Amino acid sequence: MTRQAIPPTRRPSLGGRGAGLALAAILVATVAACGSGSSPSGDSTGAAGGSGAGSTATGASGAAGLTGTVTVLAAASLTESFDAIKADFEAAHPGVTVETSYGSSATLVQQVDNGAPASVLALAGSAAAEPLDKSLVKDTTSFARNILEIAVPPSNPAAVASINDLAKPTVKVVLCADTVPCGKAAQATFRKARVVPNVVSKEVDVKATLAKVRLGEADAAVVYHSDVVAAKDAVKGVAIEGQYNTSLTYPIITLTDDAATRAFVAYVLSDAGRHTLASFGFAAP
Amino acid sequence: MVGGGTGRRVGGRLVLGVPALLAVLLLVLPLLALLLRTDWSRLLADLATPTVWTALRLSLTTTSCTAALCLLLGTPLAWLLARSDHPGTRWLRALLTVPLVLPPVVGGVALLLTWGRNGILGGALSAFGIQIPFTTVAVVLAETFVSLPFYVLAVEGAMRGLDPRLEAVARTLGASELRYLRTVGLPLVLPGIASGLALAWARALGEFGATITFAGNFPGRTQTLPLLVYVELERDPQVATSISILLLAISVVVLGALRGRWLR
Repeated sequence: MTRQAIPPTRRPSLGGRGAGLALAAILVATVAACGSGSSPSGDSTGAAGGSGAGSTATGASGAAGLTGTVTVLAAASLTESFDAIKADFEAAHPGVTVETSYGSSATLVQQVDNGAPASVLALAGSAAAEPLDKSLVKDTTSFARNILEIAVPPSNPAAVASINDLAKPTVKVVLCADTVPCGKAAQATFRKARVVPNVVSKEVDVKATLAKVRLGEADAAVVYHSDVVAAKDAVKGVAIEGQYNTSLTYPIITLTDDAATRAFVAYVLSDAGRHTLASFGFAAP
Repeated sequence: MVGGGTGRRVGGRLVLGVPALLAVLLLVLPLLALLLRTDWSRLLADLATPTVWTALRLSLTTTSCTAALCLLLGTPLAWLLARSDHPGTRWLRALLTVPLVLPPVVGGVALLLTWGRNGILGGALSAFGIQIPFTTVAVVLAETFVSLPFYVLAVEGAMRGLDPRLEAVARTLGASELRYLRTVGLPLVLPGIASGLALAWARALGEFGATITFAGNFPGRTQTLPLLVYVELERDPQVATSISILLLAISVVVLGALRGRWLR
Protein backbone atom coordinates (compact mmCIF):
# COMPACT_ATOMS: atom_id res chain seq x y z
CA MET A 1 0.00 0.00 0.00
CA THR A 2 2.60 2.47 -1.03
CA ARG A 3 0.94 5.57 -2.25
CA GLN A 4 2.42 6.61 -5.47
CA ALA A 5 3.54 10.18 -5.72
CA ILE A 6 1.15 12.14 -7.86
CA PRO A 7 2.41 15.16 -9.73
CA PRO A 8 0.96 18.22 -8.06
CA THR A 9 -0.89 19.34 -11.16
CA ARG A 10 -2.80 16.07 -11.41
CA ARG A 11 -3.63 15.75 -7.76
CA PRO A 12 -7.39 15.71 -7.27
CA SER A 13 -8.44 18.68 -5.22
CA LEU A 14 -10.06 16.43 -2.63
CA GLY A 15 -8.02 13.27 -2.48
CA GLY A 16 -9.61 9.84 -2.08
CA ARG A 17 -12.19 8.26 0.12
CA GLY A 18 -10.80 9.76 3.28
CA ALA A 19 -11.78 13.19 2.04
CA GLY A 20 -15.25 11.91 1.20
CA LEU A 21 -15.70 10.71 4.73
CA ALA A 22 -14.28 13.93 6.06
CA LEU A 23 -16.72 15.91 3.94
CA ALA A 24 -19.64 13.82 5.12
CA ALA A 25 -18.47 14.33 8.69
CA ILE A 26 -18.26 18.07 8.13
CA LEU A 27 -21.78 18.07 6.71
CA VAL A 28 -23.17 16.14 9.65
CA ALA A 29 -21.29 18.35 12.05
CA THR A 30 -22.59 21.48 10.32
CA VAL A 31 -26.18 20.34 10.53
CA ALA A 32 -25.72 19.24 14.13
CA ALA A 33 -24.07 22.51 15.11
CA CYS A 34 -26.73 24.58 13.42
CA GLY A 35 -29.45 22.47 14.99
CA SER A 36 -28.16 22.59 18.56
CA GLY A 37 -29.46 26.13 19.03
CA SER A 38 -33.05 24.96 19.00
CA SER A 39 -33.06 22.02 21.38
CA PRO A 40 -36.51 20.88 22.41
CA SER A 41 -37.56 21.96 25.84
CA GLY A 42 -39.13 18.89 27.32
CA ASP A 43 -35.99 16.78 27.48
CA SER A 44 -34.42 18.61 30.41
CA THR A 45 -37.13 18.14 32.94
CA GLY A 46 -34.78 18.61 35.85
CA ALA A 47 -37.14 17.16 38.40
CA ALA A 48 -34.14 16.25 40.57
CA GLY A 49 -35.23 16.54 44.16
CA GLY A 50 -37.18 19.78 43.87
CA SER A 51 -40.71 18.45 43.99
CA GLY A 52 -42.14 21.54 45.58
CA ALA A 53 -43.84 22.93 42.49
CA GLY A 54 -46.79 20.62 42.15
CA SER A 55 -49.92 21.88 40.49
CA THR A 56 -51.40 22.66 43.88
CA ALA A 57 -48.56 24.92 44.97
CA THR A 58 -49.83 28.12 43.43
CA GLY A 59 -47.33 30.27 45.23
CA ALA A 60 -44.46 28.58 43.44
CA SER A 61 -41.98 30.76 45.23
CA GLY A 62 -40.24 28.34 47.57
CA ALA A 63 -39.52 25.77 44.84
CA ALA A 64 -35.76 25.99 44.90
CA GLY A 65 -33.52 23.72 42.86
CA LEU A 66 -35.61 23.73 39.69
CA THR A 67 -33.62 23.44 36.48
CA GLY A 68 -34.38 23.19 32.80
CA THR A 69 -35.88 25.19 30.00
CA VAL A 70 -39.49 26.22 29.66
CA THR A 71 -40.49 27.09 26.10
CA VAL A 72 -43.44 29.43 26.12
CA LEU A 73 -45.42 30.22 22.99
CA ALA A 74 -47.70 33.16 23.73
CA ALA A 75 -50.18 35.30 21.85
CA ALA A 76 -48.72 38.52 20.44
CA SER A 77 -50.84 40.57 22.83
CA LEU A 78 -48.97 38.97 25.75
CA THR A 79 -45.55 40.14 24.52
CA GLU A 80 -44.83 42.77 27.15
CA SER A 81 -46.57 41.07 30.08
CA PHE A 82 -44.94 37.69 29.48
CA ASP A 83 -41.54 39.32 29.02
CA ALA A 84 -42.01 40.78 32.50
CA ILE A 85 -43.30 37.48 33.92
CA LYS A 86 -40.36 35.63 32.36
CA ALA A 87 -37.89 38.04 34.00
CA ASP A 88 -39.56 37.69 37.41
CA PHE A 89 -39.80 33.92 37.15
CA GLU A 90 -36.17 33.51 36.08
CA ALA A 91 -35.08 35.75 38.95
CA ALA A 92 -36.98 33.49 41.37
CA HIS A 93 -35.66 30.30 39.74
CA PRO A 94 -32.08 30.90 38.58
CA GLY A 95 -31.79 27.32 37.29
CA VAL A 96 -34.64 27.72 34.84
CA THR A 97 -34.44 29.38 31.45
CA VAL A 98 -37.69 30.61 29.95
CA GLU A 99 -37.71 30.89 26.17
CA THR A 100 -40.56 32.92 24.78
CA SER A 101 -41.90 33.23 21.26
CA TYR A 102 -44.79 35.48 20.32
CA GLY A 103 -47.14 35.34 17.36
CA SER A 104 -50.79 35.20 16.46
CA SER A 105 -52.59 32.50 18.45
CA ALA A 106 -53.60 30.89 15.17
CA THR A 107 -49.96 30.64 14.09
CA LEU A 108 -48.86 29.25 17.45
CA VAL A 109 -51.53 26.54 17.48
CA GLN A 110 -50.54 25.65 13.93
CA GLN A 111 -46.90 25.41 15.00
CA VAL A 112 -47.66 23.17 17.99
CA ASP A 113 -49.86 20.90 15.87
CA ASN A 114 -46.92 20.58 13.49
CA GLY A 115 -44.57 19.52 16.26
CA ALA A 116 -42.99 22.77 17.44
CA PRO A 117 -41.33 22.04 20.78
CA ALA A 118 -43.26 23.94 23.43
CA SER A 119 -43.99 23.50 27.13
CA VAL A 120 -46.62 26.18 27.53
CA LEU A 121 -49.08 27.75 25.13
CA ALA A 122 -50.87 30.97 26.13
CA LEU A 123 -53.61 32.00 23.71
CA ALA A 124 -55.82 35.00 23.08
CA GLY A 125 -59.25 33.53 23.69
CA SER A 126 -60.36 29.96 24.19
CA ALA A 127 -61.71 29.72 20.63
CA ALA A 128 -58.15 29.92 19.32
CA ALA A 129 -57.39 26.58 21.00
CA GLU A 130 -60.01 24.67 19.02
CA PRO A 131 -57.70 23.51 16.19
CA LEU A 132 -55.15 22.33 18.78
CA ASP A 133 -54.45 18.60 18.87
CA LYS A 134 -56.13 17.73 22.18
CA SER A 135 -53.86 14.74 22.79
CA LEU A 136 -50.99 17.20 23.38
CA VAL A 137 -52.82 19.06 26.14
CA LYS A 138 -51.96 18.19 29.74
CA ASP A 139 -53.90 20.99 31.41
CA THR A 140 -55.82 24.17 30.55
CA THR A 141 -56.58 27.11 32.86
CA SER A 142 -58.00 30.55 32.15
CA PHE A 143 -55.61 33.21 33.38
CA ALA A 144 -56.60 36.62 32.00
CA ARG A 145 -59.28 38.59 30.22
CA ASN A 146 -58.87 41.27 27.58
CA ILE A 147 -61.21 43.63 25.74
CA LEU A 148 -60.90 45.50 22.48
CA GLU A 149 -59.91 49.13 22.13
CA ILE A 150 -59.28 51.53 19.27
CA ALA A 151 -55.66 52.63 19.00
CA VAL A 152 -54.94 55.93 17.25
CA PRO A 153 -51.69 57.88 16.76
CA PRO A 154 -51.01 60.28 19.65
CA SER A 155 -52.05 63.25 17.52
CA ASN A 156 -55.22 61.41 16.42
CA PRO A 157 -55.06 62.91 12.89
CA ALA A 158 -58.45 61.56 11.83
CA ALA A 159 -60.13 62.74 15.06
CA VAL A 160 -61.49 59.31 15.95
CA ALA A 161 -63.80 59.60 18.94
CA SER A 162 -65.90 56.45 18.74
CA ILE A 163 -66.30 53.21 16.84
CA ASN A 164 -68.75 54.93 14.46
CA ASP A 165 -65.92 57.13 13.15
CA LEU A 166 -64.18 54.06 11.73
CA ALA A 167 -66.76 53.89 8.94
CA LYS A 168 -65.70 57.27 7.52
CA PRO A 169 -63.94 56.92 4.15
CA THR A 170 -61.23 59.34 5.29
CA VAL A 171 -60.24 57.16 8.24
CA LYS A 172 -57.72 54.42 7.40
CA VAL A 173 -58.50 51.47 9.63
CA VAL A 174 -56.22 48.48 10.15
CA LEU A 175 -57.56 45.28 11.67
CA CYS A 176 -56.16 41.86 12.49
CA ALA A 177 -56.73 39.16 9.86
CA ASP A 178 -60.05 37.32 10.10
CA THR A 179 -58.19 34.14 11.03
CA VAL A 180 -56.60 35.43 14.23
CA PRO A 181 -58.44 36.06 17.52
CA CYS A 182 -58.22 39.87 17.50
CA GLY A 183 -59.60 39.92 13.96
CA LYS A 184 -62.51 37.64 14.89
CA ALA A 185 -63.24 39.73 17.97
CA ALA A 186 -63.15 42.95 15.95
CA GLN A 187 -65.57 41.50 13.41
CA ALA A 188 -67.97 40.56 16.20
CA THR A 189 -67.72 44.05 17.63
CA PHE A 190 -68.39 45.76 14.29
CA ARG A 191 -71.39 43.49 13.75
CA LYS A 192 -72.80 44.41 17.13
CA ALA A 193 -72.23 48.12 16.50
CA ARG A 194 -73.57 47.84 12.91
CA VAL A 195 -70.49 49.66 11.65
CA VAL A 196 -68.72 48.81 8.39
CA PRO A 197 -65.16 50.05 8.92
CA ASN A 198 -62.99 51.50 6.15
CA VAL A 199 -60.37 48.76 6.35
CA VAL A 200 -57.11 49.24 4.44
CA SER A 201 -55.25 46.18 5.72
CA LYS A 202 -55.73 43.01 7.75
CA GLU A 203 -52.49 42.24 9.54
CA VAL A 204 -51.16 38.86 10.63
CA ASP A 205 -51.24 39.53 14.35
CA VAL A 206 -52.21 42.20 16.83
CA LYS A 207 -48.72 43.69 17.18
CA ALA A 208 -48.39 44.05 13.40
CA THR A 209 -51.78 45.77 13.43
CA LEU A 210 -50.70 48.15 16.17
CA ALA A 211 -47.40 48.81 14.38
CA LYS A 212 -49.23 50.39 11.44
CA VAL A 213 -50.66 52.98 13.86
CA ARG A 214 -47.35 53.44 15.66
CA LEU A 215 -45.72 54.17 12.28
CA GLY A 216 -48.46 56.70 11.57
CA GLU A 217 -49.52 54.88 8.39
CA ALA A 218 -53.00 54.08 9.66
CA ASP A 219 -55.43 56.37 11.45
CA ALA A 220 -56.90 53.72 13.69
CA ALA A 221 -56.52 50.06 14.59
CA VAL A 222 -58.73 47.79 16.61
CA VAL A 223 -56.46 46.03 19.09
CA TYR A 224 -56.66 44.85 22.69
CA HIS A 225 -56.82 47.21 25.62
CA SER A 226 -53.59 45.57 26.86
CA ASP A 227 -51.79 46.56 23.64
CA VAL A 228 -52.72 50.20 24.11
CA VAL A 229 -51.46 50.02 27.71
CA ALA A 230 -48.22 48.31 26.67
CA ALA A 231 -47.54 50.80 23.86
CA LYS A 232 -47.51 53.61 26.46
CA ASP A 233 -47.17 57.01 24.74
CA ALA A 234 -46.76 55.63 21.22
CA VAL A 235 -50.51 55.40 20.72
CA LYS A 236 -53.69 56.76 22.26
CA GLY A 237 -56.65 54.57 23.19
CA VAL A 238 -60.26 55.28 22.28
CA ALA A 239 -62.62 53.10 24.27
CA ILE A 240 -65.27 50.95 22.61
CA GLU A 241 -68.61 51.03 24.42
CA GLY A 242 -69.35 48.02 26.59
CA GLN A 243 -72.43 46.92 24.66
CA TYR A 244 -70.37 46.54 21.45
CA ASN A 245 -67.09 45.38 22.93
CA THR A 246 -65.91 41.79 22.76
CA SER A 247 -64.01 40.24 25.63
CA LEU A 248 -61.66 37.30 25.34
CA THR A 249 -60.66 34.88 28.07
CA TYR A 250 -57.05 33.78 27.69
CA PRO A 251 -56.25 30.11 28.39
CA ILE A 252 -52.80 28.90 29.45
CA ILE A 253 -52.22 25.38 28.19
CA THR A 254 -49.62 23.02 29.68
CA LEU A 255 -48.04 20.78 27.06
CA THR A 256 -45.18 19.08 28.95
CA ASP A 257 -45.31 17.45 32.34
CA ASP A 258 -42.13 18.65 34.03
CA ALA A 259 -41.60 20.52 37.26
CA ALA A 260 -40.20 23.70 35.70
CA THR A 261 -43.15 24.01 33.34
CA ARG A 262 -45.67 23.41 36.14
CA ALA A 263 -43.89 26.00 38.23
CA PHE A 264 -44.05 28.55 35.41
CA VAL A 265 -47.78 28.01 34.86
CA ALA A 266 -48.35 28.23 38.60
CA TYR A 267 -46.41 31.50 38.66
CA VAL A 268 -48.57 33.00 35.89
CA LEU A 269 -51.67 32.06 37.91
CA SER A 270 -50.20 33.30 41.20
CA ASP A 271 -50.95 36.69 42.74
CA ALA A 272 -47.60 38.00 41.49
CA GLY A 273 -48.39 36.88 37.94
CA ARG A 274 -51.90 38.35 38.12
CA HIS A 275 -50.44 41.59 39.37
CA THR A 276 -48.04 41.81 36.42
CA LEU A 277 -50.83 41.00 33.97
CA ALA A 278 -53.06 43.64 35.59
CA SER A 279 -50.31 46.24 35.24
CA PHE A 280 -50.42 45.62 31.46
CA GLY A 281 -54.17 46.08 31.27
CA PHE A 282 -55.40 42.50 31.60
CA ALA A 283 -58.38 41.77 33.83
CA ALA A 284 -58.74 38.66 35.97
CA PRO A 285 -60.50 35.85 34.07
CA MET B 1 -1.71 1.31 -11.75
CA VAL B 2 -4.80 1.43 -13.93
CA GLY B 3 -6.85 0.09 -11.02
CA GLY B 4 -5.52 2.80 -8.77
CA GLY B 5 -6.58 5.39 -11.31
CA THR B 6 -10.16 4.11 -11.50
CA GLY B 7 -10.23 3.89 -7.74
CA ARG B 8 -9.35 7.52 -7.51
CA ARG B 9 -11.92 8.37 -10.14
CA VAL B 10 -14.60 6.46 -8.23
CA GLY B 11 -13.43 8.12 -5.05
CA GLY B 12 -13.65 11.51 -6.73
CA ARG B 13 -17.13 10.75 -7.97
CA LEU B 14 -18.12 9.77 -4.44
CA VAL B 15 -16.63 12.90 -2.93
CA LEU B 16 -18.60 15.08 -5.30
CA GLY B 17 -21.60 12.82 -5.79
CA VAL B 18 -22.66 12.40 -2.17
CA PRO B 19 -22.92 16.13 -1.33
CA ALA B 20 -24.49 16.76 -4.75
CA LEU B 21 -27.12 14.13 -4.05
CA LEU B 22 -27.75 15.65 -0.62
CA ALA B 23 -28.18 19.05 -2.26
CA VAL B 24 -30.71 17.64 -4.71
CA LEU B 25 -32.62 15.95 -1.86
CA LEU B 26 -32.63 19.15 0.20
CA LEU B 27 -34.21 21.01 -2.70
CA VAL B 28 -36.52 18.38 -4.15
CA LEU B 29 -37.87 16.67 -1.02
CA PRO B 30 -39.95 19.67 0.17
CA LEU B 31 -41.45 20.04 -3.31
CA LEU B 32 -42.26 16.36 -3.26
CA ALA B 33 -43.84 16.72 0.18
CA LEU B 34 -46.07 19.49 -1.15
CA LEU B 35 -47.21 17.23 -3.97
CA LEU B 36 -47.68 14.20 -1.71
CA ARG B 37 -49.65 16.06 0.94
CA THR B 38 -52.02 17.75 -1.49
CA ASP B 39 -55.56 16.48 -1.39
CA TRP B 40 -55.97 16.31 -5.17
CA SER B 41 -59.71 15.58 -4.94
CA ARG B 42 -60.17 18.87 -3.11
CA LEU B 43 -57.73 20.90 -5.18
CA LEU B 44 -60.18 22.38 -7.67
CA ALA B 45 -62.82 23.09 -5.03
CA ASP B 46 -60.17 24.75 -2.86
CA LEU B 47 -59.00 26.95 -5.70
CA ALA B 48 -62.37 27.83 -7.19
CA THR B 49 -63.18 30.32 -4.46
CA PRO B 50 -63.55 34.09 -4.94
CA THR B 51 -60.72 34.69 -2.43
CA VAL B 52 -58.23 32.64 -4.43
CA TRP B 53 -59.30 34.12 -7.77
CA THR B 54 -59.03 37.65 -6.41
CA ALA B 55 -55.54 36.96 -5.07
CA LEU B 56 -54.51 35.20 -8.29
CA ARG B 57 -55.70 38.12 -10.40
CA LEU B 58 -53.90 40.57 -8.16
CA SER B 59 -50.71 38.50 -8.24
CA LEU B 60 -50.75 38.29 -12.05
CA THR B 61 -51.52 42.01 -12.45
CA THR B 62 -48.85 43.20 -10.04
CA THR B 63 -46.15 40.84 -11.31
CA SER B 64 -46.89 41.91 -14.90
CA CYS B 65 -46.54 45.56 -13.90
CA THR B 66 -43.31 44.69 -12.10
CA ALA B 67 -41.96 42.91 -15.18
CA ALA B 68 -42.87 45.92 -17.33
CA LEU B 69 -41.12 48.29 -14.89
CA CYS B 70 -38.03 46.06 -14.93
CA LEU B 71 -38.03 46.10 -18.71
CA LEU B 72 -38.53 49.86 -19.03
CA LEU B 73 -36.25 51.03 -16.24
CA GLY B 74 -33.90 48.11 -15.79
CA THR B 75 -32.79 47.65 -19.40
CA PRO B 76 -31.36 51.18 -19.81
CA LEU B 77 -29.68 50.87 -16.42
CA ALA B 78 -28.16 47.51 -17.33
CA TRP B 79 -26.93 48.99 -20.63
CA LEU B 80 -25.25 51.95 -18.97
CA LEU B 81 -23.73 49.73 -16.28
CA ALA B 82 -22.41 47.29 -18.87
CA ARG B 83 -20.70 50.01 -20.89
CA SER B 84 -19.32 52.14 -18.11
CA ASP B 85 -15.79 51.64 -16.86
CA HIS B 86 -15.98 54.58 -14.47
CA PRO B 87 -14.66 53.54 -11.01
CA GLY B 88 -17.98 54.67 -9.51
CA THR B 89 -19.81 52.01 -11.50
CA ARG B 90 -18.44 49.28 -9.29
CA TRP B 91 -19.87 51.00 -6.26
CA LEU B 92 -23.18 51.60 -7.96
CA ARG B 93 -23.41 47.95 -8.91
CA ALA B 94 -22.61 46.88 -5.36
CA LEU B 95 -25.28 49.27 -4.09
CA LEU B 96 -27.84 47.79 -6.48
CA THR B 97 -27.21 44.30 -5.15
CA VAL B 98 -28.08 45.34 -1.60
CA PRO B 99 -31.86 44.85 -2.10
CA LEU B 100 -30.94 41.40 -3.41
CA VAL B 101 -29.48 40.28 -0.10
CA LEU B 102 -31.64 42.42 2.18
CA PRO B 103 -34.26 40.46 4.15
CA PRO B 104 -37.53 41.34 2.39
CA VAL B 105 -39.09 42.48 5.68
CA VAL B 106 -36.31 45.03 6.03
CA GLY B 107 -37.05 46.09 2.48
CA GLY B 108 -40.66 46.59 3.51
CA VAL B 109 -39.65 48.78 6.43
CA ALA B 110 -37.35 50.79 4.17
CA LEU B 111 -40.16 51.26 1.66
CA LEU B 112 -42.48 52.44 4.45
CA LEU B 113 -39.87 54.96 5.55
CA THR B 114 -39.64 56.18 1.94
CA TRP B 115 -43.20 56.09 0.62
CA GLY B 116 -45.14 55.96 3.90
CA ARG B 117 -47.21 58.84 5.16
CA ASN B 118 -44.29 60.00 7.28
CA GLY B 119 -41.69 58.80 4.78
CA ILE B 120 -39.11 60.97 3.06
CA LEU B 121 -41.09 61.03 -0.22
CA GLY B 122 -44.48 59.92 1.04
CA GLY B 123 -44.82 62.96 3.28
CA ALA B 124 -44.61 65.28 0.27
CA LEU B 125 -46.87 63.03 -1.80
CA SER B 126 -49.61 62.98 0.81
CA ALA B 127 -49.72 66.78 0.57
CA PHE B 128 -51.10 66.15 -2.93
CA GLY B 129 -53.50 63.55 -1.62
CA ILE B 130 -51.40 60.65 -2.94
CA GLN B 131 -50.95 57.82 -0.47
CA ILE B 132 -49.05 54.72 -1.39
CA PRO B 133 -49.14 52.25 1.53
CA PHE B 134 -52.06 49.79 1.53
CA THR B 135 -52.60 50.23 -2.22
CA THR B 136 -51.88 47.98 -5.19
CA VAL B 137 -49.21 50.49 -6.21
CA ALA B 138 -47.42 49.61 -2.98
CA VAL B 139 -47.48 45.93 -3.95
CA VAL B 140 -45.87 46.75 -7.31
CA LEU B 141 -43.28 48.96 -5.60
CA ALA B 142 -42.41 46.20 -3.13
CA GLU B 143 -42.16 43.60 -5.90
CA THR B 144 -40.06 45.90 -8.07
CA PHE B 145 -37.76 46.69 -5.16
CA VAL B 146 -36.89 43.03 -4.69
CA SER B 147 -36.87 41.90 -8.33
CA LEU B 148 -35.31 44.78 -10.27
CA PRO B 149 -31.77 43.92 -9.04
CA PHE B 150 -32.19 40.36 -10.35
CA TYR B 151 -33.17 41.73 -13.74
CA VAL B 152 -30.45 44.37 -13.98
CA LEU B 153 -27.67 41.97 -12.99
CA ALA B 154 -28.85 39.26 -15.39
CA VAL B 155 -29.22 41.62 -18.33
CA GLU B 156 -25.99 43.47 -17.60
CA GLY B 157 -24.16 40.15 -17.66
CA ALA B 158 -25.62 39.38 -21.09
CA MET B 159 -24.75 42.85 -22.38
CA ARG B 160 -21.17 42.60 -21.18
CA GLY B 161 -20.86 39.45 -23.27
CA LEU B 162 -21.44 41.40 -26.49
CA ASP B 163 -18.45 41.48 -28.82
CA PRO B 164 -17.12 45.08 -28.66
CA ARG B 165 -16.08 44.84 -32.31
CA LEU B 166 -19.75 44.80 -33.30
CA GLU B 167 -20.23 48.25 -31.92
CA ALA B 168 -16.97 49.49 -33.40
CA VAL B 169 -18.14 48.36 -36.83
CA ALA B 170 -21.60 49.84 -36.35
CA ARG B 171 -20.14 53.16 -35.27
CA THR B 172 -17.74 53.35 -38.22
CA LEU B 173 -20.81 52.84 -40.41
CA GLY B 174 -22.27 55.91 -38.78
CA ALA B 175 -24.80 54.35 -36.40
CA SER B 176 -25.55 56.26 -33.21
CA GLU B 177 -25.39 54.50 -29.83
CA LEU B 178 -29.18 54.26 -29.70
CA ARG B 179 -29.39 52.88 -33.23
CA TYR B 180 -26.71 50.30 -32.48
CA LEU B 181 -28.61 49.34 -29.32
CA ARG B 182 -31.90 49.03 -31.16
CA THR B 183 -30.72 47.16 -34.26
CA VAL B 184 -27.79 45.09 -33.00
CA GLY B 185 -27.36 45.14 -29.22
CA LEU B 186 -30.90 44.43 -28.01
CA PRO B 187 -31.68 41.63 -30.48
CA LEU B 188 -28.47 39.88 -29.46
CA VAL B 189 -29.15 40.10 -25.71
CA LEU B 190 -32.81 39.12 -26.05
CA PRO B 191 -32.23 35.71 -24.41
CA GLY B 192 -30.53 37.49 -21.50
CA ILE B 193 -33.47 39.88 -21.20
CA ALA B 194 -35.89 36.96 -21.26
CA SER B 195 -34.07 35.05 -18.56
CA GLY B 196 -33.71 38.25 -16.51
CA LEU B 197 -37.44 38.87 -16.83
CA ALA B 198 -38.21 35.28 -15.85
CA LEU B 199 -36.01 35.58 -12.76
CA ALA B 200 -37.46 38.94 -11.78
CA TRP B 201 -41.01 37.82 -12.42
CA ALA B 202 -40.59 34.64 -10.37
CA ARG B 203 -39.09 36.65 -7.52
CA ALA B 204 -41.99 39.11 -7.69
CA LEU B 205 -44.58 36.32 -7.70
CA GLY B 206 -43.09 34.89 -4.50
CA GLU B 207 -42.71 38.26 -2.77
CA PHE B 208 -44.08 38.14 0.77
CA GLY B 209 -42.11 40.03 3.40
CA ALA B 210 -41.85 43.44 1.80
CA THR B 211 -45.45 43.28 0.61
CA ILE B 212 -47.03 42.42 3.95
CA THR B 213 -44.88 45.01 5.73
CA PHE B 214 -45.31 47.85 3.27
CA ALA B 215 -48.57 47.18 1.42
CA GLY B 216 -50.49 45.37 4.13
CA ASN B 217 -52.90 42.53 3.53
CA PHE B 218 -56.31 43.28 2.06
CA PRO B 219 -58.25 41.01 -0.32
CA GLY B 220 -58.42 42.40 -3.85
CA ARG B 221 -56.09 45.29 -3.13
CA THR B 222 -52.88 44.00 -1.60
CA GLN B 223 -53.46 40.33 -0.75
CA THR B 224 -51.34 38.45 -3.27
CA LEU B 225 -51.18 34.64 -3.45
CA PRO B 226 -48.25 34.22 -1.01
CA LEU B 227 -50.04 36.40 1.56
CA LEU B 228 -53.16 34.32 1.09
CA VAL B 229 -51.16 31.13 1.65
CA TYR B 230 -49.90 32.54 4.96
CA VAL B 231 -53.36 33.58 6.14
CA GLU B 232 -55.05 30.38 4.96
CA LEU B 233 -52.48 28.23 6.73
CA GLU B 234 -54.05 29.39 9.98
CA ARG B 235 -57.61 28.78 8.83
CA ASP B 236 -57.37 25.64 6.70
CA PRO B 237 -53.89 24.21 5.98
CA GLN B 238 -55.30 22.10 3.14
CA VAL B 239 -56.41 25.24 1.29
CA ALA B 240 -52.95 26.73 1.86
CA THR B 241 -51.41 23.60 0.34
CA SER B 242 -53.72 23.80 -2.66
CA ILE B 243 -52.77 27.46 -3.28
CA SER B 244 -49.11 26.51 -2.94
CA ILE B 245 -49.61 23.92 -5.66
CA LEU B 246 -51.18 26.63 -7.82
CA LEU B 247 -48.20 28.93 -7.24
CA LEU B 248 -45.82 26.08 -8.00
CA ALA B 249 -47.69 25.26 -11.20
CA ILE B 250 -47.73 28.89 -12.39
CA SER B 251 -44.00 29.25 -11.78
CA VAL B 252 -43.16 26.00 -13.52
CA VAL B 253 -45.37 26.74 -16.52
CA VAL B 254 -44.07 30.28 -17.03
CA LEU B 255 -40.43 29.41 -16.46
CA GLY B 256 -40.82 26.37 -18.70
CA ALA B 257 -42.40 28.43 -21.46
CA LEU B 258 -39.70 31.09 -21.25
CA ARG B 259 -36.99 28.47 -21.19
CA GLY B 260 -38.38 26.66 -24.19
CA ARG B 261 -38.84 29.83 -26.20
CA TRP B 262 -35.94 32.00 -25.25
CA LEU B 263 -33.35 30.06 -23.38
CA ARG B 264 -31.12 27.22 -24.35
